[in-house]
Amino acid sequence: MCDVAQGSALKTALLVLVLVSSSARAQQRVLPLDTLRPGIEFAGADVRAMQSDDLANPGFLWVDRGEKLWRDNTTGQSCASCHGDAPKSMRGVAARYPAYDTAAGAVLDLEARINDCRVRRQKLAPWQRESDDLLGLTAYVTYQSRGMPLAASIAGPARATFERGREFYSTRHGQMNVSCAQCHDQQWGKRLYTETISQGHGNAFPAYKLEWQALGSLQRRIRACMFGIRAEMPPPGAPELTDVELFLAWRGQGLPLEAPGVRR
Amino acid sequence: MADSRVNVPAECRRGEPFEVRISIRHAMETGYRTDAVGSTIPRDVIQRFTCRYNGEPVFTVRMTQGIAANPYLRFFVTARESGTLDFEWIDDGGIRGTAQAPVKVV
Repeated sequence: MCDVAQGSALKTALLVLVLVSSSARAQQRVLPLDTLRPGIEFAGADVRAMQSDDLANPGFLWVDRGEKLWRDNTTGQSCASCHGDAPKSMRGVAARYPAYDTAAGAVLDLEARINDCRVRRQKLAPWQRESDDLLGLTAYVTYQSRGMPLAASIAGPARATFERGREFYSTRHGQMNVSCAQCHDQQWGKRLYTETISQGHGNAFPAYKLEWQALGSLQRRIRACMFGIRAEMPPPGAPELTDVELFLAWRGQGLPLEAPGVRR
Repeated sequence: MADSRVNVPAECRRGEPFEVRISIRHAMETGYRTDAVGSTIPRDVIQRFTCRYNGEPVFTVRMTQGIAANPYLRFFVTARESGTLDFEWIDDGGIRGTAQAPVKVV
């Protein structure tokens, strides 16, 4: 009697241990949440000054464009006709992205979600990735979540995307044969040429990058990194880029949105 | 595209200088870059920027390709009477951009 009771107690304990460890492994963070540092902390004083000044921050030229587009009803129904006042209706939205979209049946980043609305509901042609219109509206919607913590969900149908993103992040790519993790998990804080390697978060995107002399999306930045390690760049809008975006949003959970960000 | 962002103080004191700030959306293509097939991308920069205070020019800039994209200008104007600041700029392609800001002098 005692042996049977102990046997099943042991089995239960083992089952609990396996379940706890598998979920712990799933939630295991290479960078614990309290060690997260946004990219602005690795930027120089001139970049920080530019980002914090709403007049000098060139990203606002795109936010202003987005504000006009929000109310534009010349080609059909405007965003405002359904969503009303953006500061009210869009507050907190960007902080949840990328997110699983039931109608689309996939995880979408904010750019894809805006285009989905254009096609599905406004019956208009989608905007091209990195076009000023799409960047403007994305920047405007992201601006409504300025300062709010990153809070993307990896639960349920988003899980597979998250796992693929984590896999991509830890895989070696390109001629230089390095993974994102090697620089941004292991070598952050150290110098690479004249720059200090950041932790590689996406909380400041879409961002005005001085190198681009324009505002650009997180996907553009990820593609540029692939270029930097001499890897084949996935095309804009490629699913693996969304996979990484979701992984980055989870990895940087809690970081405040810098909208619009400025980076070198 | 003639997007811009302007900032002037809400109120200015007569006889004293006030700060004017404007950032203009413009690619400021230098004319030195080449495209994917090696052709030079033609220069297209803002040539001239003028600020008029109640119609009178008070600040003019002649820009060349040395100015970075999306130029940010910060300058001072002495307050006289209340009115309007009119900003105007023209680029290599002949495209004009304008902006306005009210001036309230106390």
